[in-house]
Amino acid sequence: MASFIERMCLYRVLVLSVFLSITQAVDRSNFKTCDQSAFCSRQRAMKPGQSSYTALLETLELSDSHLTVQLLNNNNKVLLLLELYRLQGNMTRVKINELKPIKPRYEVPDVLITDPPTELMSVLAQDEHRVVLSLGGEDWRLILSAQPFRLDIMEGPQVLLSLNSRGLLAFEQLRIRKDTKSQTDTEEAGEKEDTEKHDKEKVSEGEEEEAEEEVDQPGMWEETFKTHADTKPNGPSSISLDFSLPGVEHVYGIPEHADGLKLKNTDGGDPYRLYNLDVFQYELFNPMALYGAVPVLLSHNTHRTMGLFWLNAAETWVDVSSGQGSSEVPQTDVRWISESGIIDVFIMLGPRPNDVFTQYSSLTGTQAFPPLSSLAYHQCRWNYNDQEDVSAVDQGFDEHDIPYDFIWLDIEHTDGKRYFTWDNNKFPQPKDMLQGLLDKRRKMVTIVDPHIKVDSSYKIHTEIRSRGYYIKNKDGGDYEGWCWPGNAGYPDFTNPEMRKWWASMFAYDQYEGSMENLYTWNDMNEPSVFNGPEVTMHKDALHGPWEHRDIHNLYGFYVQMATAEGQIQRSGGLERPFVLTRAFFAGSQRYGAVWTGDNAAEWGHLKMSIPMCLSLGLVGISFCGADVGGFFKTPSAELLVRWYQAGAYQPFFRAHAHLDTPRREPWLFGPDNTALIREAVRQRYTLLPYWYLQFYHAQRTGQPVMRPLWVEYPEDIATFSIDNEFLIGRDLLVHPVTDERSSGVTAYLPGNGEVWYDVHTFQRHDGAQNLSIPVTMSSIPVFQRGGSIICRKNRVRRSSSCMENDPYTLYVALDSQGNAEGEIYIDDGHTFKHKTDKQFIHRRLSFTANSLSSSDLSPDSQFPTASWVEQVNILGAQKPDAVTLTATDGGESSVEFEFDPDTAVLTLRKPGVNAGVNWTLHLR
Amino acid sequence: MSCALLLLLMSLALAMGTGAAVEIQRPRGVPLSKRQFYEENKPFTCLDGSSTIPFDRVNDDYCDCRDGSDEPGTAACPNGSFHCTNAGFRPTFIPSSRINDGICDCCDTTDEYNSGATCQNTCREMGRKERESLQIMAEITKEGFLLKQQLIHEAKRGQEDKQGKLTELQGSKKGLEEKVEALRTVKETAEDPEKEAKERHLKAWEEQKELIRMEKDKTRMAEAFLELDDDADGYVSVAELQSHLELDPDSDGSLSETETQGLLGGADKVDTSTFETVWSGIKDKYLSEVSQGQSEPPAPVETPQEEESRDFVSDHDSDHYPEDYAGEEDVEDDEEDDHEEEEEEEEKVPPTVQTPEKREDDEVSMPPYDTETQSLIDAAQKARDDFDEAERALREVDDQMKNLEKEIGFDFGPSAEFAYLYSQCYELSTSEYIYRLCPFNRVSQKPKFGGSETNLGLWGQWAGPEDNLYSVMKYDHGQGCWQGPNRSTTVKLTCGKETVVTSTSEPSRCEYLMEFTTPAVCQEPASLDEVLHGHTEL
Repeated sequence: MASFIERMCLYRVLVLSVFLSITQAVDRSNFKTCDQSAFCSRQRAMKPGQSSYTALLETLELSDSHLTVQLLNNNNKVLLLLELYRLQGNMTRVKINELKPIKPRYEVPDVLITDPPTELMSVLAQDEHRVVLSLGGEDWRLILSAQPFRLDIMEGPQVLLSLNSRGLLAFEQLRIRKDTKSQTDTEEAGEKEDTEKHDKEKVSEGEEEEAEEEVDQPGMWEETFKTHADTKPNGPSSISLDFSLPGVEHVYGIPEHADGLKLKNTDGGDPYRLYNLDVFQYELFNPMALYGAVPVLLSHNTHRTMGLFWLNAAETWVDVSSGQGSSEVPQTDVRWISESGIIDVFIMLGPRPNDVFTQYSSLTGTQAFPPLSSLAYHQCRWNYNDQEDVSAVDQGFDEHDIPYDFIWLDIEHTDGKRYFTWDNNKFPQPKDMLQGLLDKRRKMVTIVDPHIKVDSSYKIHTEIRSRGYYIKNKDGGDYEGWCWPGNAGYPDFTNPEMRKWWASMFAYDQYEGSMENLYTWNDMNEPSVFNGPEVTMHKDALHGPWEHRDIHNLYGFYVQMATAEGQIQRSGGLERPFVLTRAFFAGSQRYGAVWTGDNAAEWGHLKMSIPMCLSLGLVGISFCGADVGGFFKTPSAELLVRWYQAGAYQPFFRAHAHLDTPRREPWLFGPDNTALIREAVRQRYTLLPYWYLQFYHAQRTGQPVMRPLWVEYPEDIATFSIDNEFLIGRDLLVHPVTDERSSGVTAYLPGNGEVWYDVHTFQRHDGAQNLSIPVTMSSIPVFQRGGSIICRKNRVRRSSSCMENDPYTLYVALDSQGNAEGEIYIDDGHTFKHKTDKQFIHRRLSFTANSLSSSDLSPDSQFPTASWVEQVNILGAQKPDAVTLTATDGGESSVEFEFDPDTAVLTLRKPGVNAGVNWTLHLR
Repeated sequence: MSCALLLLLMSLALAMGTGAAVEIQRPRGVPLSKRQFYEENKPFTCLDGSSTIPFDRVNDDYCDCRDGSDEPGTAACPNGSFHCTNAGFRPTFIPSSRINDGICDCCDTTDEYNSGATCQNTCREMGRKERESLQIMAEITKEGFLLKQQLIHEAKRGQEDKQGKLTELQGSKKGLEEKVEALRTVKETAEDPEKEAKERHLKAWEEQKELIRMEKDKTRMAEAFLELDDDADGYVSVAELQSHLELDPDSDGSLSETETQGLLGGADKVDTSTFETVWSGIKDKYLSEVSQGQSEPPAPVETPQEEESRDFVSDHDSDHYPEDYAGEEDVEDDEEDDHEEEEEEEEKVPPTVQTPEKREDDEVSMPPYDTETQSLIDAAQKARDDFDEAERALREVDDQMKNLEKEIGFDFGPSAEFAYLYSQCYELSTSEYIYRLCPFNRVSQKPKFGGSETNLGLWGQWAGPEDNLYSVMKYDHGQGCWQGPNRSTTVKLTCGKETVVTSTSEPSRCEYLMEFTTPAVCQEPASLDEVLHGHTEL
């Protein structure tokens, strides 16, 4: 869907369209640079040097669960409290807050799934300069240095990570405003007092009680951006801390940015910004903030992968600086700056990539296990005009024999942008429409945005108003801003009561015209406020006692949380929800899918979809996709085809288009292109069992579904910067064609001693090489890892539900030793019974010593399935003399086979065994 | 259209025929026409010849043939197809992926034999409905086709009328052209003596004016002399002249004795006759003491220089006269040149109010023409009027011809059956808008509740498929869309007894679709009758 203009207010459209015709891209002046953000420029003005903080070791207290020590700011004598936790699973938590703030500072709730369990910390050594603590392991230690304050995490003699080693810890304590002098007055006074300060410093040295007179700087008590004033009644409250990572050259994460996978140096430019914003026509390769924020950064080198989770929901900027540290060792320095809240950082020590994923998911949870059908293909457009249009598009897919599972309705389906309603003229019989889809075992998504039209005849609005659930403006009235419906209120989703009420609105009797095959899309939940500062909410708006400033990046997280809860509740807790969100935060993976927002029909945006989703996967959000075809502008047929081919191999696979673009359903570009798109979508459907298995794993382990190569090949430096290809799970490597008129791509096949099989030709290639692949319009370069077994369902039908009972075909790709292993996971595809009633099948498939067998990985669970094994293809095989099947009951039968010596593929015909039982196939 | 319909009806007839017959045994999903390839208990050869398999592998739920022909009744082959007999309706093929997918595709329910889906056999009902609607359509087509014949007939007549009118107009055009030429000669003949007489009159008046001017000047000089000669000694002395600072040649603000002497031609004083030569040197600057004493006319700008410049204006006065006069002939040009002239004037003439002198000059208007001249002018004017009228008449005929030629030149279909739509408009009212289709002209949309009309496209061309070109009209180059294309409308024509817009939609932003029924697209129904009543013969 779209960002902030269009038909809202015409004058705005006109002004913008004039502007757009010149720039063709984001209007950067709508969004702040660090210089334009008072706290960022204040903090960034502080240069590395000796920290003004001292750890007062005499105040150190060590309990079973944690250590506390006070930190003194030598300049202003303000005391901070440092809390150190050793967490289970090789993590350290560092919390810093004011010892005695004049009022509480915001600590982010609801993101951590539990209070993280701690482990015993013990003091190994202590003197007046430092304390050495054991972090377990063989010789993992944490050194707390007193003067200046710093923390070092060590393994043996090696420093893994240091905090405040560059002295950039800064903590603006809450204070009472001293006067109401004008800014210029303060500024002048500031300069004067600055010089006085130095004098005083000398005088007051050694006098503990005397703190420096702190001087207000411009922007501390109010700030204006464009025409928007931020009143800042609480004054300055920002925080900053630096981290040094010796031996690290590659850092990743901190989405969402339209930038490459590997984070860049921000020296001399703006830091990466984390502040959920509705950015109109965003630019590529830019550290500007986008719709979502996950303040998690991963560092990686050949020895170790680590993570930093900066748990803060306020506007945040991250500086990354890589270079040579001391003694020629590469080093990366990272500095976090947030506008308010406290310092609460989780240091995840790995050491393997998968350990970091496990560690992070133990804090914020794993990807929600989505309904199987949501992994299939989604057809969206702003907008499908009416019921007839929906039915014609639905029919079009059948006529052209292209499968799809979901059709989507954007904002125009509502009665005047009143969510939970239908436009009576265009959608007079929503249930008939939904029943029509249900009859074809298909589903629908309608959009439900969090801005609520201020209209006294709109039930949702009057209820929220009368219950006092709206966010308040600084003066205590209901906050109002402009969005799609015109004047709108914004429900306070941080309020659990509000969320509960919101969830209840999805009940079938509340959301009129809804049915069990109707799901939800939360857009504009940054939140987008067309007439607000930076197209979002005023920071001095109020969520109960807290300012919007404190919670901003959490808003979208809560919207999706409440919506997903509503979907669960409407089915009595039985059905898995499916909710797509545009804004997100750490932990959003628990509630559904995200997409990369309003991209454009350009080759660059197609390319960018890969690193953007890889970055999200690294920080827990696996269910990611980009609008296939590009939202703004009109794709050429070639770009559209290539995007379908790439999208078919990305987790969330949805085509979407802007209202003002010509129609682009897959069959509108001539029979050749229709066939190419059909083939790409069909490939997706054949692999749905594999995708589903990956999401089952993601839910259990927190590992990303779509992953960078380095995650699986952490010691292969060649993989560290690759972001034009990726892995799905461990076993499929995808290198989509993302260049116009491409005649070939070069894919890096990782792994010394590995072999890879082209999934289309079954040709075998060695690992650890750059492979040149000639391509035509039908090529989607995809490789299966030797040593893996992948299950597909090759009977592609018109929706995934229709394929439920279909048989499997196994692709056994032998490694260089002639072995392979894989898994199969089966459940009902849409309920929680896999969890509540252990109704699922999870089996290991293993090929070794010329035998392929299926064995139960979860003997205490069961699920009846009609699916069976119709074919087995063994890649890299030799011709056997005979093949026999040993069934569960021990009975043996012979299996027919075919061997193709050219491709070395052995095809076993119709073993016919049920997919849920034990069996073995012997090649002799 | 008719071809498709024919096929459809033939197959319908076939279905009804076989429906009555005994079901012939053959593997599931195989059409009768291919039954001979599936012989029980004999090896089956894939229809593409790619391989031969034992017969028990036909429909054994495993795909052996590359062309999918061994699994006509299961979903095993990705490229297979399943034949539904659909007794009572129309037999059809469905992709084999729709076998046992839980969705009823064949009206005879045969595609869902093992999915647990409960399907109702709806073939008879569907057959009945289709026959009904075909019947209705056939009737509409029949009536529509009759109407169409009428339309063709009318169009032919209309075309002939227009052609006749055109010929007629061509004739009258020729006459008019001759008339125009004749009147042009008359006009030009009358204009020559008119021009001469006018010039004569003008010249005489110019001379007259010069005389008046000189007389005036003399009077002014005498007045000035009297005024300057303060001591009334009959001489104007240096001292007497020195008070007139406006005469200062170097404009330094003071009039020195030497300067004054210079003005007096080197003399200390001059008498009336010598003053004549002095006067010609100072008259442009000289300010009468009397007028100086009077209240000055309000100056638009208060800088001294500009005040001074007032007097320069008198120099331009004579220039104004021919311009004013020339105005009569140059009215049209004047309008076009307005801008340039304004700019030029701004440069040349400092902004100022008109001086009293100028007003006086203007008041001296040209004396009326003498009777002889006036009669020449009147004669010429009449000749001009006659000429203009003839020319206008010619233009009108030209326009009529152009319109006729345009209309005749339009592609109104193979038999001009769409000609009746020309210069008509058809409206459809929806909840929000009134849509208006003016065939061969434009499509527009007007909000019902206020707001201006939007142009949804101008007549472009016939845009149907090659074999049915006249089934679709395309209107394009409508009003532009923000960030999008210009609006355009596709009009789909279907056979109907009435000419009416039945629906409009906007499938894609700014691309409209309109459904329009007209008898003009109704096809010859004769073949239909044959099929409907002649199926028993098959």
